[in-house]
Amino acid sequence: MDTKEKQNLAEMVIDHALKGGAQQVSVNITESRSNNIEIRDQKIDNLTESNRNSLSIILYVDKKYSTHSTNRLRKEDLFKFTDEAIAATKFLGEDEFRTLPDPELFYKGGGADPAILDSTIEAIEPKTKIDLARQVHDEAFGKDDRIISVSSYYSDTIRNRLLVTSNGFMGANARSDISLSASVAIKSDTGRPEDYWSESAQFFNKLKKESIGKNALDRVLQKFGMKKISSGKYTMVVENRVVPNLLSPFYNALQGSSIYQKQSFLAGKLDKAVGSKVMTIDDDPAIPSGPGSKLFDDEGLASMKRTILEAGVLRNYYIDTYYGKKLKMKPTSGSSSNVIFTLGNRDMAAMLNSIKKGIVVTGFNGGNCNGSTGDFSYGIEGFYVENGKIVHPVNEMNISGNMNDIWFRLAEAGNDIIEGNSFRIPSLLFDNIDFSGI
Amino acid sequence: MNFKRREFVRLGGISLAGTILVPPFLKSCSGIPISDNASGYLDHFEVTPQQLQNVIKAALAKGGDYADLFFEHTLSNYSTLEDGKVNQASSNIGFGVGIRVLKGDQTGYAFSENVTPEAMLKAAATAASIADSSGNLITADISEYISPNLYPVKTSWENTSVKDKIPYLQRINDTVFASDKRVTKVNATLGDTTSYILFYNSEGRLAYDFRPLVFIYVTCIMEKDGRIENATASRSSRQGSEFLTNELIDTLSAESVEKTSLLYEAVKPKAGEMEVVMSAGESGILLHEAIGHSFEADFNRKKTSIFCDKIGLKVAEDFVNIIDDGTLASDRGSLNFDDEGNQTERTVLVGNGILTSYIHDRISSNFYKVKPTGNGRRQDFRNVPLPRMRCTTMENGPHKKEEIIESVKNGIYVETFSNGQVNTGQGDFTFFVKTGNLIENGKLTRPIKDINIIGNGPKALADIVMVADDARLSAGTWTCGKAGQSVPVTMGLPTVKIKKLVVGGTNA
Repeated sequence: MDTKEKQNLAEMVIDHALKGGAQQVSVNITESRSNNIEIRDQKIDNLTESNRNSLSIILYVDKKYSTHSTNRLRKEDLFKFTDEAIAATKFLGEDEFRTLPDPELFYKGGGADPAILDSTIEAIEPKTKIDLARQVHDEAFGKDDRIISVSSYYSDTIRNRLLVTSNGFMGANARSDISLSASVAIKSDTGRPEDYWSESAQFFNKLKKESIGKNALDRVLQKFGMKKISSGKYTMVVENRVVPNLLSPFYNALQGSSIYQKQSFLAGKLDKAVGSKVMTIDDDPAIPSGPGSKLFDDEGLASMKRTILEAGVLRNYYIDTYYGKKLKMKPTSGSSSNVIFTLGNRDMAAMLNSIKKGIVVTGFNGGNCNGSTGDFSYGIEGFYVENGKIVHPVNEMNISGNMNDIWFRLAEAGNDIIEGNSFRIPSLLFDNIDFSGI
Repeated sequence: MNFKRREFVRLGGISLAGTILVPPFLKSCSGIPISDNASGYLDHFEVTPQQLQNVIKAALAKGGDYADLFFEHTLSNYSTLEDGKVNQASSNIGFGVGIRVLKGDQTGYAFSENVTPEAMLKAAATAASIADSSGNLITADISEYISPNLYPVKTSWENTSVKDKIPYLQRINDTVFASDKRVTKVNATLGDTTSYILFYNSEGRLAYDFRPLVFIYVTCIMEKDGRIENATASRSSRQGSEFLTNELIDTLSAESVEKTSLLYEAVKPKAGEMEVVMSAGESGILLHEAIGHSFEADFNRKKTSIFCDKIGLKVAEDFVNIIDDGTLASDRGSLNFDDEGNQTERTVLVGNGILTSYIHDRISSNFYKVKPTGNGRRQDFRNVPLPRMRCTTMENGPHKKEEIIESVKNGIYVETFSNGQVNTGQGDFTFFVKTGNLIENGKLTRPIKDINIIGNGPKALADIVMVADDARLSAGTWTCGKAGQSVPVTMGLPTVKIKKLVVGGTNA
């Protein structure tokens, strides 16, 4: 479907819903096409092609609210679907806070193209993609006697979306995501550890295509002699590749829904310090070709740059229309775009040099965080560091603490972000973290 | 569920998700002897036996060894209570066919959200491209597979209006608020799913299934002196709306209040290695994470599981017997047949301490030359099947719960969990403990909460030193994720003692 066809379909459904008893309606039509290739031990292991369509509708009927989605896009199916959805909505309890956004806040055009669509990937021959995956595979395969298995992956997706609301918003966007990755498993002294390397981009030409298999191999070969060390408080460096995992409970706690549901340890902390002075984070939707760049959010609200944390002080939550009304706050947006952490001066290697006794976390293994209290506990693996030198890899250890405390222990941010990730967070160094081991 | 053909034609009551429109009658039985039920499913998906065979032919046109078609129509409804009212509902309809071609252990896959002959043939041609020679154009005769009925339904969710669900959610709210003055919020969600499945493969097997699934979640949030705590209770089953009873609601409500109250007393244990007693029931998460995933045969045939060279070897004490069962009545993890058309079964993974079987899908059972175990599962028609667990449990052992607890000087007793994970190659697994107790000098003492436990699969399995006689299943809403695909599972365990695991905690 092109944008015009999507628009006709959306308007037809909105019109039907309004005639059927809804007072407000929002329709979102999404179309995505993707290709996935996996090469394992010199052979194509898996070729998958995927074409998906879906229409979702949000209904506001007599102050009642519901959402529905379907991939059956025939007109008669959609009409019946909408009729039943409206009938069902009428049984629900009223919720006066449910409305479409204030039209004043909608994106009204004129923004710079976020430049996140590479439509040329559809014209690339499958053979080229397979060859690329093979090239990644061949960088590792057969390069070390201890290798058990090498897999490489190519994946591309193009996603087109159209959002139309009954109070005047219409916006289309499209994006592409391309990734190349490798995972390598070896037989070590302690098991069959595996590690990976991955590169992603919005444009095929900008995708880094070299050293992926080699990096995965280099990383896994460091996993000889993995062991746990004594429980205790250590300096911790979290590698940029996995640091978004540690920030994720913090980000959940910034959501309007978490705050309203009393599941946020950051509730009531606006304009208060919630972390160390190192912690400055902006949400910037306008970075050219940024993986999270956008002109409007899922509700149609115009995206704009916001400071989330300023030298450790909380400046903004992520508030959508509904929770904005419930919390009596101005909507910002219910979702993040590009999350930009202000960089420090040194890379991870330089930070390691200054550690007397610490652990570099290069992977998380399970664990969770209690959103209400901020108590967390995560399994980790990485390396033990003494006097600036890596001593041996560690595994089977946990870190535990509280989110209201750990971010005050953040002593330094690195200068090493990963391109291709919408969470642009460098490696981070924390003091005095509780590790459990032997 | 055995439907008469005409019943497929119903246009849906006032349930949330509408059924699709289906032509009143298609000539599905052109001379091929299949039952009314089978033709009902063919009609539902608007396909004929001849079309199925044509699509299979196209899928094998480039020399694939095997092909299958997985038709799915799933209707899901969710009703949510927040702020004392059921004021949110959502629904989803997913419809389509997944087409898979195998060439040895290589897979070609495509799906179509349309089931017109042209759309299916196009997807088949894409999947076929995993092979690159010429095809065998002989088609197998259709052979209808009559599956057991592990989840009979009294009232289907399609015939249950949201109107009938609301009073149960409202009862949760009222019961939880009435039980404790500290309660400040109650959230509850009821989710029901109905799937129609039609399966056909190049060996001629035609199978069909009606799969109900329901879950209910309650979250109780309390506030006292500025301190907020919350806990969740849930149940899930493959049943129709007969699942909903006042007794179930009252049990869940009480459970959520009791768990939340306990948290006000809870402490964090001291960090480090210690003896861990896993309570009966939910602690089956140990089996799921510590060994279950590592027993999945795809990891083993690729030699990336730490258990890949251990089949037939002693991996645990004699009294350890571990089962993966896909045949428990109305269980969340059960299937009448798996997503590759194979019969499910009760698979002994560890018998008397010996690793006896991996968890197989079609590719791995061919690789190991063993009978399929019925573990080939997929999230939906958009995804390839993989070896996946169903209900993973341990049989009773020779010890008593009391003697197990008495045997621990300094350790912890763990009871409820939120999530777990494993690295199958290194064998390191974790599970996150929501509630439990310290064990001091053989007695359960202060409650504990929110800690992660990490261990190593083969070591933990060998370190199971006591197993009680109180095996119990957890009827919670467990969902297992692998390779981006989620499937419903369950688990169970008797009370078990593990010699040592690393417990997250404080070093104060």
